[in-house]
Amino acid sequence: MKQNLVLIGNGMAGMRTIEELLKLAPEKYNITVFGEEPYGNYNRIMLSPVLANEKTIEEIMLNDEQWYVDNNITLQKGNKVTEIQRGYKKVIAEDGTEVPYDRLIIATGSTSFMLPLPGADKYGVIGFRDINDVDTMVESAQQYKKAVVIGGGLLGLEAANGLMKQGMEVTVVHLMNTLMERQLDAPAGKMLKESLEERGMNFLMDHSTEEILGGDRVTGIRFTNGLEIETDLIVMAVGIKPNIDLAQNASLHCERGIVVSDTMQTFDPNIYSIGECVQHRGAVYGLVAPLFEQAKVAANHLAELGIARYEGTMTSTMLKVTGIDLFSAGDFHGDDETDELLFHDVANGVYKKIVIRDNIIVGTVLYGDTIDGTWYFQMMKDETNISDFRTTVLFGQAHLGDAGHGDETRVAMMADSDEICGCNGVNKGDITSAIVEKKLFTLDEVRAHTKASASCGSCTGLVESLLAHTLGGDYSEAPSKKPLCGCTDYTHDEVRSAIREQGLETHETVRRFLNWKTEDGCPVCRQATNYYLLCEYPDYNDPQSRFINERAHGNIQKDGSYSVVPRMFGGLCTAKDLRAIADVADKYEVPEMKVTGGQRIDMFGIQKEQLPAMWKDLSEAGFVSGHAYGKAMRTCKTCVGDSWCRMGTQDSTGLGVKLEELTWGSWMPHKYKLAVSGCPRNCAEATIKDFGVVCVDSGYEIHIAGNGGIKVRVTDFLVKVDTEEEVMEWCGAFSQLYREDAHYLERTAPWVERVGLQKVKDALATAELRKPFYDRFVVSQKPAQIDPWKKHADGADANEFTPIKV
Amino acid sequence: MSNWIEITAINEIPVLGSRVVETGGQRIAIFRGKEDAVFAIKDSCPHKQGPLSQGIMHGTSVTCPLHNWKIDLASGQALGADEGCTNVYDTKIENGMVFLQL
Repeated sequence: MKQNLVLIGNGMAGMRTIEELLKLAPEKYNITVFGEEPYGNYNRIMLSPVLANEKTIEEIMLNDEQWYVDNNITLQKGNKVTEIQRGYKKVIAEDGTEVPYDRLIIATGSTSFMLPLPGADKYGVIGFRDINDVDTMVESAQQYKKAVVIGGGLLGLEAANGLMKQGMEVTVVHLMNTLMERQLDAPAGKMLKESLEERGMNFLMDHSTEEILGGDRVTGIRFTNGLEIETDLIVMAVGIKPNIDLAQNASLHCERGIVVSDTMQTFDPNIYSIGECVQHRGAVYGLVAPLFEQAKVAANHLAELGIARYEGTMTSTMLKVTGIDLFSAGDFHGDDETDELLFHDVANGVYKKIVIRDNIIVGTVLYGDTIDGTWYFQMMKDETNISDFRTTVLFGQAHLGDAGHGDETRVAMMADSDEICGCNGVNKGDITSAIVEKKLFTLDEVRAHTKASASCGSCTGLVESLLAHTLGGDYSEAPSKKPLCGCTDYTHDEVRSAIREQGLETHETVRRFLNWKTEDGCPVCRQATNYYLLCEYPDYNDPQSRFINERAHGNIQKDGSYSVVPRMFGGLCTAKDLRAIADVADKYEVPEMKVTGGQRIDMFGIQKEQLPAMWKDLSEAGFVSGHAYGKAMRTCKTCVGDSWCRMGTQDSTGLGVKLEELTWGSWMPHKYKLAVSGCPRNCAEATIKDFGVVCVDSGYEIHIAGNGGIKVRVTDFLVKVDTEEEVMEWCGAFSQLYREDAHYLERTAPWVERVGLQKVKDALATAELRKPFYDRFVVSQKPAQIDPWKKHADGADANEFTPIKV
Repeated sequence: MSNWIEITAINEIPVLGSRVVETGGQRIAIFRGKEDAVFAIKDSCPHKQGPLSQGIMHGTSVTCPLHNWKIDLASGQALGADEGCTNVYDTKIENGMVFLQL
């Protein structure tokens, strides 16, 4: 027997909960939805673009009426619930309909706060909250000329901009002397005001309204200082008021909003509440991102999984006025204990301010150039220590020489035909139209529908910015925590600590313990979990949860053939080695060979069936696998060093060989490259490697977290040491710290940028701290350095390589 | 016209893994899921002919190793936002042996 679930409020928060619930437990409830408005569910954050003629109502519909039919949901549209009878567990609507419930969700949202002014009940005085308000504004614009918007906040300015686009003459009245004072400081507010004035918007700052004038319809407005101006329409946008009457009348505990716990339950555990009507840990939210997080939690509990908690959301703000770039988050005023970083270019209209406390970003205001807003916001949420790039952080992420994020071109200024995702050939227009037409909200959805950022991921930041720009300003695209994949709500870090703290030893126990949504997981979480298990238990291996390259110990090519790269320690080789490789190439008729960037030889076009025999020959000639296919330690590039070079200061090749002997075979979160240069001329390019050594006359400089890939990133200097032994110790310890701390598929460069160089330095500061890391690394290397090629040449997993012929 | 061909013992296929069958110039991937569900599918992704046999299996689908298309093993249809279809074949298990119908 199905239970009854009733939702009061057919808006974004409530319907998101239903959608999340249908994903988790599609058959659990008979669902009835009551909506006051005579529409399906629409995207309320898009009302401003509708008013500004940039979108139509049809374009912002999220769930049309057919959707409710398809999902067996009873929609009571245009029918308002007037009473909740908790004793009888039923709701009663305006038209007398009574529906019993087992579980109830109150998602009544909020209404514009209407100032109780004399004359506020006249025709032509409205709020800005729903389609009805937008209709009124559009109709007024056709008949009348002048409009006043009371409130110079986010909503007020969007309304004013829309009315201006509809052809009205608009005056914004604001009580304070700074626009959007809850999001902007005085300089940014001033810049915003000036650019809106240039567009023709009028302002009356420091003005307080006394009375609304007119007969039946408004004709004017008078302020406390005596000034009177004419107007035909007044939009009140001074704030929102949670709709709590219904809950209050049912004796549910309310303060400013309906008070809920971390599980989104009201004081009656059968009744949930989410969205703008809710007060959680003292906070009331008016943006979309928190609502979506709340919806996930409520759905999780309604599906009786019982594992999710809502812990509040850090929000950021952007203004949805085309052509104005503005971003704000956190505490941007600061106090006695905070520092300000400031960049102000008046002529170009750019203003950036970051407020930091103990080198951690606590707030930011950006005007004119907001491309780095999401980056600052992410660091704010991650509490990244910025001391290492404090002096350049204002110039943005591109200036930092970031790896793995690509060039953050100004996304708003790009043409529709500009390519965003170079791997899959997806341009800006493809993505924006998919977001609008397919109604996508998250990065994962954009990836599924367009493939953008689904391969190498370097354009992820760009796609996220585009998502934010397309969806509209106040949509905060980055959830406060990013789940590992669609199979779970847990993050990389949470999955990892569960494995460590609970001693979980297999994929199955991880998925069961953490209530995975899918039985077998997916390729994303299976590979990540496999790495985390392997890092914890060095002998662990589940071949079916590894990418084919690591299962077949070769690099799969576009035609399904494989490439074979034998290891050459430090790039050194002998005539005998080369002859052995040449013999193998002849024997197996290798169609193409190439010298790689990592100083070894790649043989292409090998069929999978040939691999074990070829490995056997290479193994007998003394070669081991080069791991050119794995998320693993790849190569140690070296220059000639003091054995031959007249500039060399140390034995760079010798040290390179030793480092490669220490680290070869090691499984890593991502590929991992080493280099040793014999002098500061740096011929081995050590300063773009994950772990690079530059020899100097007095010793060895150790550099980390460089990248020569998607975006070149120069290494950070870690330490200078005196002896080769110390280099080896630092190498083992740093490698293990990276292995244990980075997320799967996170290279050293983005990892260090995320956690901060200081954290790495602190973790490895003394020999006592380094030793346990080094020791754990050595233990992990024991099984890793049993050559996988030899093992398979000797017959391991022969099935994998042999087709069945019938 | 049932033409059942005996392929291999079920235990020769790893759980959530595959074997490749070569027959008359074509390659067919045989997958083994949980509870010994067995699927046979042409070893060629509808996208760019990637060898599906080399992909990671999860539930009743496989993800192609070349460009991450997700293919339903029972129907051969591409899942998610991708569109395309490849051939599937009937299978059965008798006395621990896998049979394929061509």
